[in-house]
Amino acid sequence: MDFGLNEQQEMMQTLAKDFLAAEYPDKVLKAMVKDELGYTLELWKKMAQTNLLGLSLPEEYGGVGDFLDLVVVLEKMGRVCYLGPYFSTVVLGGSLIASTGSDEQKQKYLPDIASGKTIFTLALTETLNDNTANGVKLKAEKQGDSYILNGKKIFVTDAQSANYAVCAARTRKSITLFIVDLTSSGITVNPYQTAAGDKQGEIIFKDVKVLAEDILGEVDKGWDYIEKTLQKANTARCAEMVGMAARALELALEYAKERNAFGHPIGAFQSIQHRFADMKMDIDGARFLTYQAAWKINESMDAAKETAMAKAFVSQACKRVMHSAHQIFGAIGFTEDHILHYYTKRARAYEFSFGGPDEHLAKLVDIVI
Amino acid sequence: MDFRFSPEEENFRQEVAAFLEKEGPKEWHKRKVSFFDMSGQENWIAVHRDMSRKLGAKGWLSLHWPKEYGGKELSPFYRLILREELARYHCPGYHSLSVDFVAPAILLKGSDELKKRFLPGIASGEVMWCEGLSEPGHGSDLAAIETFAKEDGDAYVVNGQKIWTTYAHFADWMFLLARTDRNAERNYRGLTFFLVDMKTPGITVNPIINMAGHHDFNEVFLDDVRIPRENIVDAVNKGWYVAMSVLDNERTSDLGYAIAGTLLDDIVEGAKEMDMLNARNKIRMAELYIECEVARLTHYHVTWMLSQGKPLDYYAAICKLLGFEAIQHVAEFGLEVFKNYGILSDHSPLAPLYGRISSCYLRSFGHSMEAGTSEMDRDVIAQRGMGLPRLR
Repeated sequence: MDFGLNEQQEMMQTLAKDFLAAEYPDKVLKAMVKDELGYTLELWKKMAQTNLLGLSLPEEYGGVGDFLDLVVVLEKMGRVCYLGPYFSTVVLGGSLIASTGSDEQKQKYLPDIASGKTIFTLALTETLNDNTANGVKLKAEKQGDSYILNGKKIFVTDAQSANYAVCAARTRKSITLFIVDLTSSGITVNPYQTAAGDKQGEIIFKDVKVLAEDILGEVDKGWDYIEKTLQKANTARCAEMVGMAARALELALEYAKERNAFGHPIGAFQSIQHRFADMKMDIDGARFLTYQAAWKINESMDAAKETAMAKAFVSQACKRVMHSAHQIFGAIGFTEDHILHYYTKRARAYEFSFGGPDEHLAKLVDIVI
Repeated sequence: MDFRFSPEEENFRQEVAAFLEKEGPKEWHKRKVSFFDMSGQENWIAVHRDMSRKLGAKGWLSLHWPKEYGGKELSPFYRLILREELARYHCPGYHSLSVDFVAPAILLKGSDELKKRFLPGIASGEVMWCEGLSEPGHGSDLAAIETFAKEDGDAYVVNGQKIWTTYAHFADWMFLLARTDRNAERNYRGLTFFLVDMKTPGITVNPIINMAGHHDFNEVFLDDVRIPRENIVDAVNKGWYVAMSVLDNERTSDLGYAIAGTLLDDIVEGAKEMDMLNARNKIRMAELYIECEVARLTHYHVTWMLSQGKPLDYYAAICKLLGFEAIQHVAEFGLEVFKNYGILSDHSPLAPLYGRISSCYLRSFGHSMEAGTSEMDRDVIAQRGMGLPRLR
């Protein structure tokens, strides 16, 4: 049993922390939330130069480190409430291609991901009522050497900035994954207007032609790859939420020590202190569950149960922390100028990405009983 | 980062499991008796003492002690594994008050002479201790206790009253916090930590029955009880620090998550047999499963800190709070699941799980009081852990 970080993880943590402290102050966050795409090319290139975009990808394609390193960095990104196509490109697209792509596909896409040339995403969801393979209806019909895609994907992260999407489609027997160039004819991207300012959109596929060489992994095996990817995606979102909750706690704590009422800092009152104790336990617990899932994934073990526990708990713990932080800040935290609501809104958005607590609790019931 | 036990630790777990399978009380295993619920069983003290001696004979009550005092100098994970298996096998015999409360205090602050006198009896499982801390007017506000020890030649003479003294009715020895200086500048600086033979004249023990109908705790009256000076741990007026170290050990001793987790498994198994598990119960079960997991990882983290020689500080309070609240929530869930059957008396032949549902639920009210109230735990976390100011 070892709860410590190794040298490499400590190094990545410091690197990410320093980089984000310099490049991602609150005013950048506020600007990015308003920005149509939620990122600047300038910062994206800097992230590439700092090796952040190649994290967990294979070294021969410009990558560095493993999934745990990535999770350590994601927690730090959560702390600044980072917005940008990092999760979609590295956690969704990058890791899918790295784990299931052919040598040619890896050569074609991974170096460009690591160097910041290409933005990827995953086009999976079609209905929020069914997170299983049955929810995938988008049709891929074989026509000679190509496939023709027809259908609609909803809640695609960074649909508006992605160059490529890995698209889950229904082939004759089951699900197959395709790498789709989003500039192909027949693709329409409609961005959503989100409360949190996070960038999502729907993608409509109308007679989109994809070559057989753009099939990712084996035909009809797509769902197996998706399940593994969802474990990573949910764990990654958990890591970000842990970082977000930690920052919210830190801000509230600073405030509670300074703000006076009835002749004392409000943090001296038991009703406030007990909120803080609960916030602290929630965040610690959230972190343990997240790292347990991340460690299992990193060791190539099945993490279905650990991921379900993490996503169900972390999103609810994060919500509780945000709600308490708002109460501690009082009216000032309720204003648009304040930074706190950026965290609150984003946490709620991440909670529901790839299944919220309800879905993950139901999954856990199936696993445990 | 590594969330696995070492192969040696896994071997130890198997050894313990095999031993408990063979030597543990079979009837208790069948009836799925819980650690906090054992006083509801017939003849339980004899069963507890017998099992304590068996664990002692294996050397399992002194796993992480220095070799000098008969220990094996193993990592604290061995103790944790032992207690996880004891919970899983519904097995008594681990007298935390001796093994985890007073023994570490003697090891840390006691004289060589005290170590030689008292540690062997604890390691063998022969001598059982109780805890003389709380008083009728002073529980959470422990530093204000009034029981007074007056110096008299080579001894101290104690007068006063202790309360909520768990197992005082059969304990052989008691550790006792008493006031030795009424004029100390701060009240906690006038306290001394004594070791008291329960056979000493002047000690009267009266039972207090809890709302589950069980006899765990007592009130203890001390009338001119003479304690030799050499039974002081550390020094006169230094007792507060010894008591605080006891409380930190106490808060990490009983594995709330393991007791809660075993109870949850038992409830689900029993409910499946009786077809009592509805859709809402299942979701609640998943939530509780996660709650136990969080408490488990928190305890592993603290045990890892211990193994690294890091100070526990307020993390002990977190451990206790999460583990004990998990037991409360699981016990309450049992009632939700079994409904009318659940609230039958533990003597009713119709009560599921041999009456454990109502009995564990009723017993669980005490979990947010014992070893420091949940409110005190949260104070400790906020003040010691997060640097928030104290009003008191």
